[in-house]
Amino acid sequence: MKFFGFVVVCLVGGLLLYGTADFPDWGDPDSPASTHLSDIYIEHAFEQTQVPNIVTAILADYRGFDTMFETAVIFCAGLACFLLLRDFKERKERFYRHVPTGVILHVKNSKKALRVGRDFEHIDKDWIPSDLIIKTVCRILIPFIQIYALYVVAHGDFSPGGGFQGGVIFGSSLILLAISYDLKILVRRIKEKVLGICAAAGVLVYVGIAAICMPMGKSFLDYSALEMFVFDPHHVRALGMLGVEIGVGIAVAAVMAIIYINIVSEGRHDEGL
Amino acid sequence: MGMTDIIPLIVAKYNYWLFVVLMMIGLYAMIAKNNLIKKLVGMNIFQTAIILFYVSIGYKSGATLPIIQNVHEGHGHAAIHAADYINPLPHVLMLTAIVVSVATFGVAMALAVKIYQRYHTLEEDELRMRLSEK
Amino acid sequence: MNNYPALIVIAPLLAALFAGLAVWIEDRLSYYIAILGLAVSSFSALKVLIQVIESGTIQYKMAGWDAPVGIEYRIDLLNAMVLLLISGIALFNLIASYKNVEQEISDRKGSFYTIYLLFVTGLLGVTATGDLFNLYVLIEITSLTSYAMVALSDKDRGPLASLNYIFIGVIGASFYLLGVGYLYMKTGSLNMMDVADIIASQHDSSTVLVGFILCMIGVWIKMALFPMHVWLPNAYSYSPVAFSRVVAPLMTKVMVYVMIRLMITVFGFEYIFNTLHLSEAVVWLATIAVLAGGVLALAQDNLKKILAYIIVCEIGYMVGGAWLGNQSGMTGAILHLLNDALMTFALFLGLGNMVYMLGKVKLNNLQGLFSRMPWTMTGFVVAAFSIVGVPPTCGFFSKWYLISGAFEAGAYHFAAALIISSLICAILFFKVFEICFFQSSPDLQGQGHGHKFQVMAEAPVSMLIVSNLVSFSLIVVGVFSGTIVKTIILPFLQGI
Repeated sequence: MKFFGFVVVCLVGGLLLYGTADFPDWGDPDSPASTHLSDIYIEHAFEQTQVPNIVTAILADYRGFDTMFETAVIFCAGLACFLLLRDFKERKERFYRHVPTGVILHVKNSKKALRVGRDFEHIDKDWIPSDLIIKTVCRILIPFIQIYALYVVAHGDFSPGGGFQGGVIFGSSLILLAISYDLKILVRRIKEKVLGICAAAGVLVYVGIAAICMPMGKSFLDYSALEMFVFDPHHVRALGMLGVEIGVGIAVAAVMAIIYINIVSEGRHDEGL
Repeated sequence: MGMTDIIPLIVAKYNYWLFVVLMMIGLYAMIAKNNLIKKLVGMNIFQTAIILFYVSIGYKSGATLPIIQNVHEGHGHAAIHAADYINPLPHVLMLTAIVVSVATFGVAMALAVKIYQRYHTLEEDELRMRLSEK
Repeated sequence: MNNYPALIVIAPLLAALFAGLAVWIEDRLSYYIAILGLAVSSFSALKVLIQVIESGTIQYKMAGWDAPVGIEYRIDLLNAMVLLLISGIALFNLIASYKNVEQEISDRKGSFYTIYLLFVTGLLGVTATGDLFNLYVLIEITSLTSYAMVALSDKDRGPLASLNYIFIGVIGASFYLLGVGYLYMKTGSLNMMDVADIIASQHDSSTVLVGFILCMIGVWIKMALFPMHVWLPNAYSYSPVAFSRVVAPLMTKVMVYVMIRLMITVFGFEYIFNTLHLSEAVVWLATIAVLAGGVLALAQDNLKKILAYIIVCEIGYMVGGAWLGNQSGMTGAILHLLNDALMTFALFLGLGNMVYMLGKVKLNNLQGLFSRMPWTMTGFVVAAFSIVGVPPTCGFFSKWYLISGAFEAGAYHFAAALIISSLICAILFFKVFEICFFQSSPDLQGQGHGHKFQVMAEAPVSMLIVSNLVSFSLIVVGVFSGTIVKTIILPFLQGI
C-alpha cells in the first residue's frame, strides 16, 4: 500500500505541477481570476446590495443559492451524527456522589435509582472533582462569548463575520460549558429536542425567506421581492441577508452542539469528556 | 524546459507548489496509513491545502481585504476601484468548502466512534482480520 | 414568473426540513411530508420537460442575477429528462418503501426520510445547475447523505465500508474541486457557459488540460468506473434496502450525466476529440470496465453484490458510448442512462421485495422463489431481460445504438465487450433463475411425505404494484425508444 500510495502521489503531484506552468503569477492583478467576475463584484456590490462587506454580499446574495445548500450540508451532518450514534438505551450502572460527605455510590441495578437532589448528584464514571477556578472563569466567559457570537452574526454585513462564524462561536460556548462543568449540565440546560428543532428551523428560516420571494413575483432568493415586509426598502437586500444569516447562525450553533454531544458521549448523552 | 526556465517559474508561483506538496502529503496519508484516524488527518490536510490553494488565487498585490471603506461618510459615492480590493469570490467559495469539509469530518468521526465501539481498534489491518473471521 | 425549475429542487429540500422538524414532533408525519415534497417535485419536473420540448431551453436566474455573476439553472432537453427520471424514481421508491422502512429502521424513520429527501435534493440540484461550484456543493450533499446511509444497515461491516467510502468520495470530490480551481484560474468564472466561451480560445493551455483531467477523474471516481469502483459494491449492499434502491439506479447515472454535461457544455467536442487524443484510451478503459464488471459479478454469491457489479459493468457502457465521439455513441449513452436507471430500479425493487420477505438474499436463500413470490419474480424477469438486452425491452435499443456507434468509430473491441457482457449477464441471470425455479425451498423439502407443496408468500401489494409498474415501463420505454430519441436526444445533440 505504501508503494502504491507513493506512485499515486507522484503521478497526481506531477500532473498538478504540470498544470501550474501556465498559471498567472501569484498576486498578478491582471490575471483572469482577478479581473473577470471579481471586478464586477467589487465595483457593483455596494451599490446593488448596500452591503459594504463584498464577501457577505456574494455569500448571501449573488451566490446565496450555494450558501443555502451549504447550510443544508451542515444540517445533514448533524442529522447523520444523530442517526449513526444516538443510542437511547440507558446505562445500567450509575454513579452518585453524596454532596455533604463526598461519598461516592456505585449503583449497578438501574431500577434502584436514587433521587437526585440536594443530597445526591449524578457523576461520571471517571469523575474528577471539578476545578473551582476553571468553573468560575468559564461561567464568567460564556455569556460574553455568546454576546460576541450575536455581534458577529449581526455585524456580518459590515465587517468580517456572518452566520457561520457567529454560529460556530455560539456553538463553542456551549461546548465550553460541557467541558468546564460536565456534559449532563449542557444536556439538561438545552434539551436534545430543542437542538434538533433549532437545526432544522435555522435552515428553514433561510429556505423560507428565499421561497417567499417566489409567490411575490420574483425569482427564488431575490430579496427585492420582500420590500413590503421591511421598514426600509432601500436596504431590503441587506436586511434579507441579515435574515438568512440569522437562520444560518441558529442552524450552525445547534449542529455544533449535536455533533459534539453525540461524539463525546458515544450517543448516550450521559457522560464524556 | 531547461533548469534556467524552471527557477523563475517556481519563484513566481512558489505558493502553488507548496500547496501541491501539502496536498500530496495529505493524499499519501489517506492512501498509505494504516490507522483510520491518521487517514482522517490526511483527509483534513488534503482539504485544507485545497482551501489554501483557492484563497491564494484571490490574492492581488497592492490590494486590501474586500470590505468597502468609508461608505458612511457623507454618502459621497467615491468611485470604487477594483484594483484596491482583493478578489472576494474565492473567499466565498472556500467558506462553503470549509463547511463541507467540517461536515464530512464530523460524519467520519462519528463512524470512527462506531467502529471503535464495536471492535476496540482503529488499525485497518486488525479490522480486516476481525471481519474476515466472521 | 415561471418558478417550476426552482421548485423541482426546492420542494424536496423544504420537505426535508419539515420532515426534520417532524422527527421531534410526530415521527409518522415525515413519510407524508416526503411524499408531498417529491410529488410536487415530480409534477414540476414534468411541467418543465413539456415546456422545454415545446419552447426550448429554460434559464432560471437564482436571486435574479444574470448568469456569470449569479447562479443560474439552465434546463435543456437532457437535464429536463434526467430531472423527471430522478424525481419520478424517488417518488415511486418512496411509495414502495414504506413497509421496508418500517421493517428495517422503525425507530428512526423520520431521520431516514429526511436524509432520503436531502439525497434526492442533491441529485436534482446536480442535474439542474449551470454552475460548476454549485455542482460541487450538491455533489457533497448527495455524498454526505449516502455516507450516513451506508453505515446504517449492517452493524458489522457497514461503518468501515462507509468510512472507506468517505475517503474515496472525498478524494473524488476534491479532484473535481481542484479541477474547477484550475479552470477558475484561467477563466475567472464559474458559470458553465461562460467558462466554455473563455476556454474556447485557450485550448493549448496546460492548466485547462489539467483542469479537464482532474474534473474527469473526480467524476469517474464518483461514478465508480472500473479501477475506481471498489467502494460501490460494499456501499450499495450495506445500506438499507429502501435507500439502496434509489442510490443504485440514480447516483452513478447522475454522475454519468455530469460527465456528459462537462464534455458537451463546458469543454466541447472540438476540444476533447480534436485537440486532445484521449478518446481511444478512455474507450479501452470502458471496455475493460464492462468486462471486469461482468466477470466480478459472476464471482458473487449474494444477489445484492451481483446487482452492484452489474452496475459497474453498465457504467462502462455509458462512459464508452460517450467517448466514442460520434452521434450514435452519444445517443446510445444518453438513452442508456435513461434505460439503465429504470432497469436497475426495477431489479432493485424486486430485490427489495425479496429482502422484505426473506431477510437475506444469498443465492441459496432464493430457492423456490418463483412459486413463493410469482409477482415479484415477473417484474424481476422482465428487468433481467432488459439488462441482457432482449428486444421488446428498452435495454436492447440503447445497446443497439452503442454497438452501431462502436462500429462507426471503429472501436470493435468495445462492441465485442458489449456483446460478451450481455452473454455474461444472460448466464448470470439464468443461474439465478435456475435456483429460483428448479430448486425448491429447503425448509419445505422432506415435509409432507415427499410431495412438495409451496405456500405463496408474496410481498405487500403496494410494493408489487410499483415493481410491476416499473417493469412494465421498461417495455413501454423500449417500444417508444424511437420517439424518445427523436423528440429529446437528437434535438439536444443537434442543438449544441
